[in-house]
Order: sequence, then C-alpha cells, then structure tokens
Amino acid sequence: MRSKIKFAVVVFPGSNCDRDAFNAVERIMEQEARFVWHKDTDLGDPDVVILPGGFSYGDYLRCGAIARFSPVMKEVVRFANHGGVVLGICNGFQILTEAGLLPGALLRNESLRFVCMDTFVRVERSDTIFTESCKPGEVLKIPVAHGDGNYYTDEEGLKRLEDNGQILFRYCSAQGKIIAEANPNGSVASIAGIVNTAGNVMGLMPHPERAVDPVLGRIDGRKIFGSLIHSLVRKDNESFSVHS
Amino acid sequence: MIGSQELTEPVVDLRVARELGLTEDEYDAILRILGRTPTYTELGIYSVMWSEHCSYKNSIAVLKTLPREGKGLLAGAGEENAGLVDIGNGLAVAFKIESHNHPSAIEPYQGAATGVGGILRDIFTMGARPIAALNSLRFGNPKNARVRYLLKNVVKGIGDYGNSFGVPTVAGEVYFDDCYNGNPLVNAMAVGIVKTDHIARAVAGEPGSAVMIVGSATGKDGIHGATFASVELSGESEARRPAVQVGDPFTEKALLEATLEAIQSGHVVGIQDMGAAGLTCSSTEMSAKGRVGMRLNLDNVPLRDQKMSSYEIMLSESQERMLLVARKGHEEAINKIFRKWDLAVSMIGEVSAGSDVEVFQRERLKARVPAETLVLGGGAPVYHREARLPGYIAEVRDFAASDVMEPADCSKVLLELLGSPTIGSKRPVYEQYDSMVQTSALLGPGESDAAVVRIEGTTKALALKTDCNAAYVYLNPRRGGEIAVAEAARNVVCSGGKPIAITNCLNFGNPYDPEVFWQFKEAVAGIGAACRVLETPVTGGNVSFYNESPEGAVFPTPVIGMLGIIDDLAHVTRSAFDKRGDAIILLGKTAGHLGGSQYLHRQLGSYRGDAPEMDLAAEQALQQTLLALIRSRLVQSAHDISEGGLAVALAECCMGAHKGVGAVVTGLSMWSLRKDYCLFGEDQSRVIITVQATDVDEVMRRCGNAGVDSQSIGSVTSSGRLVIEDWIDVSVAAMQEQYEGAVMGLFGIEGREA
Repeated sequence: MRSKIKFAVVVFPGSNCDRDAFNAVERIMEQEARFVWHKDTDLGDPDVVILPGGFSYGDYLRCGAIARFSPVMKEVVRFANHGGVVLGICNGFQILTEAGLLPGALLRNESLRFVCMDTFVRVERSDTIFTESCKPGEVLKIPVAHGDGNYYTDEEGLKRLEDNGQILFRYCSAQGKIIAEANPNGSVASIAGIVNTAGNVMGLMPHPERAVDPVLGRIDGRKIFGSLIHSLVRKDNESFSVHS
Repeated sequence: MIGSQELTEPVVDLRVARELGLTEDEYDAILRILGRTPTYTELGIYSVMWSEHCSYKNSIAVLKTLPREGKGLLAGAGEENAGLVDIGNGLAVAFKIESHNHPSAIEPYQGAATGVGGILRDIFTMGARPIAALNSLRFGNPKNARVRYLLKNVVKGIGDYGNSFGVPTVAGEVYFDDCYNGNPLVNAMAVGIVKTDHIARAVAGEPGSAVMIVGSATGKDGIHGATFASVELSGESEARRPAVQVGDPFTEKALLEATLEAIQSGHVVGIQDMGAAGLTCSSTEMSAKGRVGMRLNLDNVPLRDQKMSSYEIMLSESQERMLLVARKGHEEAINKIFRKWDLAVSMIGEVSAGSDVEVFQRERLKARVPAETLVLGGGAPVYHREARLPGYIAEVRDFAASDVMEPADCSKVLLELLGSPTIGSKRPVYEQYDSMVQTSALLGPGESDAAVVRIEGTTKALALKTDCNAAYVYLNPRRGGEIAVAEAARNVVCSGGKPIAITNCLNFGNPYDPEVFWQFKEAVAGIGAACRVLETPVTGGNVSFYNESPEGAVFPTPVIGMLGIIDDLAHVTRSAFDKRGDAIILLGKTAGHLGGSQYLHRQLGSYRGDAPEMDLAAEQALQQTLLALIRSRLVQSAHDISEGGLAVALAECCMGAHKGVGAVVTGLSMWSLRKDYCLFGEDQSRVIITVQATDVDEVMRRCGNAGVDSQSIGSVTSSGRLVIEDWIDVSVAAMQEQYEGAVMGLFGIEGREA
C-alpha cells in the first residue's frame, strides 16, 4: 500500500505555472512531485503528468503548437496511450489538443482580450478520476487567466463529446446556470474542461493549482487534485494497475 | 590609431554633435576630456550617456535633496539597478519604477511591453526574482479615438509581456485628462525578492575577467532610444518609430531563469541589464563602478544584421540582453547554464587595468573613452536650472468654492462621478493582467487600497501601491508632492502594512522651461518633506522630462511607488465593508475642500483652486493609529478617502462587498458645511474604517488618546442601498452599473489610430 501519488510537472521554456502546480501538489496536497525538463525523455515513472500553464515557446506560432514537438512530449503521448494519467492546465490543455490527445482546439477569446478572473464551473460528471470527490452538478470557483481559451469543435465533434460524456466542466453562474454571461471566452457549449474517451487525459482552462491554498481565499481546486489522488490511491490499494 | 575613421562614418564636428542632442558646451567638454576630436562612435557614446535619460544632468542636483538613508536600505539611490531593502529572514526586496512614455506615445503596444521588460530586468539583474508588477498610467481625453487606441494597446502591451513572463500584475492606477492627449504616461514598477547573500552588483571584476553578453542578438532597434526620451514629442516623432524597441517576453523569462541560476551558483562577479543606451551604458557604468576599464571586441557580439557599425552596436537598445563579468575560471559554467535555456552567450571582451573602455571592430579601435567621464556622479554634466513661479498658478488659484452652485440632486452627482473614467472601475484594464500567477497575491486589484503579496517561506507579506494625484501637483506642486507620498503610504496602512520605502517616477515637461523646472523642484521638495516625516526613504527611481507635445506640457506627475511590509498575515485588511451591523467610523478631519477635486472638475471642466491641506504630522498620527488598530485586530475594513471624497469612498466600500450590502450614514450635517462639500470634498488624511459595534468605544478612545479625530458616522446594512443623511439614497446596483461601465465602454468602442 502506498500513501503518496507521484506527480511529474513538465517544464517547457515559457512555462510559468510550473512552480505553482508543483507547490500545489507537493506542499498543499502533500504528494510527491518533481519537475521534468522539456528536453528530457525520461518521465521518471510518475502516476500523473501535469502540463502546466504558461506560454510555452512564447506561444508565438500558435498556443501549444511548438511544445507538442518537444522531446518530452513523445514520452507524454506514449505515457497517455498506455493509460497514464495526464492533466493539462491552460497552456497544457492547448498542448494536449495540439498533440492530438484531446479533440478540438482553443481559439482566441471572443473578446480578443486576455482575461484573468474567478470563474464558476459546473461539474458535469462526478464519476471520473478527475472529479470523483465532487457532487454531480457541483459548482467550483476556479480562476482563469488566458488569451486563447475559447474552446472550439464543430457540431459533430460537440455531439461526440456530449455522447461520450467527455465534457467534465462548463462555465456557469455562481448558482450553476449555464449562461453566456458566465462564459469568459466564448467557448462552444461553455466548455471549460474535457477528458479523452479513455478517461485518463484531461485538459481544462481554469487553474485548479491557483485554488488550493486557503490563504488565497480559493480552495475548490483541491477537489480536482483530491479526486485524482483519492482515485489513484484507491486503485493502487485495490491492486489494480493505473495502466489497466 | 584612434581618430582614423572608416569612410562610412560622418566626420565629427559641432554640427553633428548638435544633431545627436549635445550642446556646444558639452561638445567642448568632450574635446577637453579626450584632448582630440572624438570618433563618431565616441560621440554617440557621449551623446547617449550625457542624455537626460542616462545622466539625470538637469535633475540630479535636486534629487540629492531627497532623504535617501534609512534603516534597512542595502543600496543607496542610484547605486544599483534598483532600490534594495532588508526585510529580515535573510531576504531583501528589490524594487523600482520607470517610465516608458515616449515609446508608448509612438508605438503603444511595444512601448509599454518593453517598459515592463526593462523594469523586470532591473530587478533580476540584482539576483532578485520578480514577484509583483505594478503600473501607473495617464491618458488623454477618452473621447479622442487616438487616446482609446493608446489605452487599448498600452494595456495589451503591459498584459502580454507580464502575463507571458509570469509575474503577477497586482496593482496600478489609470487617470484621464486632456493634458495627456499627445503624451501618455506609462510607468512600470517591479518588485523582487533576493536572498541577501545572493545579491548581484553592477560592477566589473578584476582585470582579465571575461566580459560576456547574454540573451538576444543585437539589432538596429532602439538606437538612440535614450536620446529620443530626452526631447519633446513633435509631429516628427512618428519618424522615431525605429527608436522604439521590440519586446520578447519568452526570451526574457528564459533570461530570468538562466541569470538567477548563474548568480546563485556564484559564477558571476557583476551583471547589468542592457536597457537605455545598451552596451554603452552597461559597459561604462560597470567599469566606472569597478574603477577598471574594459576591452570590447564587437566582432563577437551576436548581431541580427552583420552590417551594423560600431556606432550602431554600441547604441542599440535591443531588448532581453545582459552584460556580465564572469568569475575567473567560471566562463564555461556560465556558458552551460545559458545554453541550457537556449540563450546565446558570447565572450565579447575582458576587464582591463586602467579606466578606459576600448571598443574594437574588425581589429580597429573605434572608441577609447574614460568610463568615469561618462557616468552620473562622474564626468557627466550637472546643471542647475532656473526655476520660476508659473503664471498659471495665480490664475487657477483664483477661485472661491462658494461660486460653485450647490446641486439639488447629490445622488445624481455621485452616480456621474462613479461613471467617470478616472474614478470608475478599472476592471476592464486589470482583468487583462494575470494577477494570480505565482499564487502569491493575497489581495489583488480592487480588493484593498494596496496590493498584498505574500513572501514565500515566511509569514510576511508586502503591501504595494503606486499613487499620484497630478491635479493636486499641478495646482500646488509642493503640496501635491507631499500628498502623493502621504496617500500612497495611507493606502499601504489601510491594507495592514507599514510603509518602509519608496521609489519614484517623476514625469515632467521640458526642464529648460523655468516654469516646468519650478514644478519639478517644488514637487521634489514636497516628496522629500513627506518622506522625512513618514520615514520612507527614497531608494531610487526615474526622471522623465520632456513630456510635452505640441499641445503643451503634461501635469507634473511624480508617481510614488510605495513599499510596505506586513509582519503577520492576520493583519491583511480589505477595503470593502464586511458584515451587517459593523459600525462605520470616519478618521480624520473634514473641512470640505473642493480645490482640485473630481467634483469640481465635473462642475467646471477644469481643475481650479489649491490642492487640499496636508498636515504631515497629523498624517503620521493617523497612519500610526490606524496601523495599531489593525494590529490589535479591531478593524474589519479600511479605505482611504481620495478622488470623489467621502461619498465615492463609501460607494466603493459598498460595491466591493458581498451582494446586498449597503450603508446608512448620518452625523455629517453637524459639520455645518454645504452637503456637496461634505460629500465630495477631498480633504486629506481621512480613512473610513468599519469595526464591530462592540469595539466602537475602544477604537474611538484610542483615536482620542492619539489626537486623531474620529466620528462614528453610521453602520453597514443589508439593504443594498447607500443612504447618506437625506442627501443621497441610491441602490448599490445602480452605482455598480455606472462604476463598472465607466472604462469598459472605452474598450468596447473600437479605438482606431486617429
């Protein structure tokens, strides 16, 4: 039996939420964490890989478009394809779509402006490893900070996401209503976060690592990390492999 | 031999010197120093180093009157790239504010972005990791499409640079006035933390040490940027676009990490960022400070354009570059660190005995200049300019408050003030800045009178604020200077912090105009007086003259960047009302001063009268008393009364609170003043606090003992309305609509270049 989950936080040049993600899982959630440099090809046998927020490679060509060619990404894709758990936050979400691990794309915000603010997201499924500590329909307060968070997929793609239950979070009002005013970037169907069909790769635009330390006045991000930790520890104890 | 020039370089004479911004006297001084005619490259070096921007030649004599010593200061003003204050726990704070006004007037996006980039480098070149960015912005009349274009792109430039770099932009201020129509002010401040045993200095090492250039390649951008900053903007300024640099926050972020790694592992003797005057400024200042020389081989400088002349290379202001001197034998270790971050690093010379900086290109000596003769505090000129009381002062002071008609409907006036861009919510601005990255901002924009940022590994936090009411400075520069410091300090105290030091950015017009110089001297005298009483020494900053356009000079705008420390996170205090039933107490005296107020500006369309009275001793007593009350946990919220007076302050306390919060305020009629004076007067040294009803007596007793006026003026309600006497009765929702829409509208309208 094991008590701590091992997180690997990938550092691309231009990542700037890498330390925040590291501190969130290591200091606040009290798990193991290590950084993995983008030129490394060894992830170091983690339970979870985090692709953190930031501006990898300056986001100059298109957000996440260069990062997907980073040496470490080959390993991340391999890891994910073998069932490893991957969490992409903000720029990490953008990289996951560029790498083809998640469907759709993240466009410029509808306002054409960067936006940093608290948002509310509704938990659409609570039976995933990323959300199992949440109640169905629960509203979490988690901040966003992005210029390109406008999730896009075509009608067919949206139908697939909905049919497969891949939408985990939607922007909503404080009361949990899905309304346009609560959508900070114009995302299709107010999508804030999605998971792949296998259920082991999630990307979201809000920053759960900014909502774990009570001193900052936001703690709902704990539910996401807590879900992950809880489910992985449990699976371990049940002696299921996370790769199964 | 020196003096032999390549054919492509112009022959140097007085005419050429003048074209580069030097005066005849200055040119003569160069001839005397060198004992010969300078080469074109040398002339370029002198012209930028003796420009106002680098030499402070017209301001330094006045700046020296500021209090620059105090407990905990680790570097005096002007000694290093930024001020440095010991905060205990083996840590120091590096902080500084700087202007990027002219570049932003011409090319607002890049101008503002590189302003942020430059100030961040000033911080991390000292070995400090930037933990917060702030700014102070002034724009013209927002009805003007060009002004909206500037606003939109300056804000985007600041945001894009800071957001990508990964520093939280936690506070700022934005004012609008016609005087800034042609010349916006863009002041950027950065704050960093460094372990006291890892502080890096801008000094060259012993002779033989390698001189290295790291970061971006050198291009033709920004040539003579420092000189450009030292003349007024004119119709021809558009042609100066090439003097505006282009920023690359991605490279800067890599440069930050690599630089800190190199400094912390002990490989670096000295390091300076290349900001204004690029390689010229960094090499000569480091040499002068180390009392050594340098031999530079420009053939080893990575270039974006191989055809660049020595003149261009020495004067380029390409961004994201640093000059460093390696500890002997550590050159390869430095190489390795920068290469890991995919940054270029080149050995471009070595420290030499003697005191000359020598510049070679293609084996020819292009310049040999005694470093000491170039720098501030050394051979750079120092001028004592003439100052004369401006004629406008008597004119604007000729005003009687009684001439202002008393409005019938004060609710309407309040709503209008809340809807004015200067008072209205800056949310549409600050939401474009990432204020949360680094997960350290305890209170970000709009949550308190000052931003509060915790310091990792300690139980302390910093309270940070930029402030200047330029209308007051315009009406009365000395008092306006005092108020700028006093208000910034008061804001820090309201957030629970103890003010400990300032940095300043002094934005003025042309110093050769005696009336402008009088404003400058007076304002600096006021800043000095306030800093002495409030015990907040000046750690450095920046002077920006020539803020004029064909329409005239801007208001004298000495922006204060205040640093405060909070020893215990339990003292962190918000500005918004907290709980229903809390008592509202007004600290300080109300005399109903209208001069320079936003209310008056609304009534008359201009700023008239005198700046509000400022009694520094009373200010100090207020701040000390309030801080003691906060530390005793007696204060639920605290908010300074500033633009718009008591009514606007009360409105802000309601709007920042939870939904449904309101207030009922009474007891103002006993002042026997006209209601509009009571509501909208801008008397200084006043704060609204809320306390639990059971603590009212204790709080008032303590104030009485300290000689601070206090009056219980009402209580927090759950009515969702602000009711003041029978003068004002408005819903918080209605106020919010005005307040939130004031600046949002400016972004909504597509601001195109006029």
